Amino acid sequence: MEKILPPINAISQPYWDGCQQGVLRVQRCITCGHLQLYPRIFCTQCAGEDLDWIDVSGKGTIASYTVVTRGISKAYSAPYVVSLIDLDEGPRMMSSIVDSDGTGLEVGMSVEVAFEPWSETIMMPVFKLL
Amino acid sequence: MTTLRGKVAIVGAADTEVGIVPNIGATDLCVRAALSAMRDAGINKDQIDGLITCDSMAEPIMYHAEAIAEYLQIFPRYCMSVGTGGGTTFSIMHHAASAIATGMADTILIAMADSLRSGLTREQAMLMQSSTGHPQFEQPYGPTVPAYYALIGQAHAAKYGTTAEHLASVAVACRKHAALNPTAQMREPITVEDVITSRMIANPLHLLDCSLVSDGGSAVILTSAERAKDFAQRPVYMLGVGEGHGHEHISQAQSLTTSAAVESGQRAYQMAGLTAADMDFAQLYDCFTPTVIVELEDLGFCAKGEGGPFAASGAIELGGSLPINTHGGMLSHCHPGNPGSMFALTESVFQLRGSVAPERQVKGAEVAMVHAQGGIMSSHTSLILGNEVN
Repeated sequence: MEKILPPINAISQPYWDGCQQGVLRVQRCITCGHLQLYPRIFCTQCAGEDLDWIDVSGKGTIASYTVVTRGISKAYSAPYVVSLIDLDEGPRMMSSIVDSDGTGLEVGMSVEVAFEPWSETIMMPVFKLL
Repeated sequence: MTTLRGKVAIVGAADTEVGIVPNIGATDLCVRAALSAMRDAGINKDQIDGLITCDSMAEPIMYHAEAIAEYLQIFPRYCMSVGTGGGTTFSIMHHAASAIATGMADTILIAMADSLRSGLTREQAMLMQSSTGHPQFEQPYGPTVPAYYALIGQAHAAKYGTTAEHLASVAVACRKHAALNPTAQMREPITVEDVITSRMIANPLHLLDCSLVSDGGSAVILTSAERAKDFAQRPVYMLGVGEGHGHEHISQAQSLTTSAAVESGQRAYQMAGLTAADMDFAQLYDCFTPTVIVELEDLGFCAKGEGGPFAASGAIELGGSLPINTHGGMLSHCHPGNPGSMFALTESVFQLRGSVAPERQVKGAEVAMVHAQGGIMSSHTSLILGNEVN
């Protein structure tokens, strides 16, 4: 059994291309500068439709987390950490924290992105404690 | 704008057997619930001119309501199936009330059932339910349904100091009520200690912080308040209803600790002309214990951040100031997926009729808050029911 791989589409392709290159990207509104994840076909702040991508620092803090002790399938070996990360630049994203079994984790801790090869075409952005 | 306050009433309500019900599929369970509700209302199927159902995960049907109408051999002029999780059950009540008020139908049957326990494998049930996550930006990380709610529980704990014992007190209250209810799936009393020493599923959620996986069906019949007087049962009126829709994916939530139950509750209270303090009991969606803590706060039963101590005070148990989930909730009565909160609705009808066994009857019950949410604290509907219009 395989892990759940993201079904990449035209709108999200630059995000996953960035991951392949070892950079985390978020979508930026050219009109108002708003940053957003997940990517959309318009800016949720000003409704503008001119969007591009910027590389972010990959640094953030833990908004919340949980240690999953009963995994979703055999492809995910429990325990593993599912977390919501507030990127320093603003957007929030779900990810895992990979160098931790959950012991000592706290909301508010600083983390930094890393990339794990999940398939030939997918580098998955995950996080490590700083 | 005309108000729906007091315009419609529930005149029939019934549940099927719940828990592990292996010898009947979800479609048949749905019809069994429907027939029981009609019997309760004292009407025959030809008096139903509106039908609302939700789809089943175990026996999915593309045109579900149409298929149930066909099975029943009824020919409604209003027919709709909805399948978006726990909140749907009550947003359907909002739609049905509007349909009656605008003349789309006179008497609407709402019937729901599923067989998550017997009709799906554990792995199928887990994957199907967790598919609520964003396919690209959430699901690959392997969040289970308990994990999504654990993120809310952990954030609430970090912000307000909510403890494992606080969460556990919700499960203990629900089990205490289930122990009094012969129809409940889990009736063995539990303690706070039992909950916090049960197996960890996704911290801070232990096994006993998680709702059940069940089979079961339930149905209600709704008609206009005027027509309701001619039915066999004491009508239970809809005094208020409100919805709030905040997000679908938890990573997009505006807040992890405050939900759109604030908006749905305010809208329902405003329509009813009532406040949280007027409620004699509440049925609060309890897929996981933190959900209840957040709802107690967001629906105004205690101050923000004090849901944990409020629950642990015993206020939410029968005999307390706000008994919740008097049938045992989804934590202990049953949880067959999308239909899960229907049983809170039928229980509220029975409580407001004064027809439950004396040992579990909320004394002097006149008005109740019945709240459900779907997704991951995403879409909320609050109903205020009462046994008098004024």
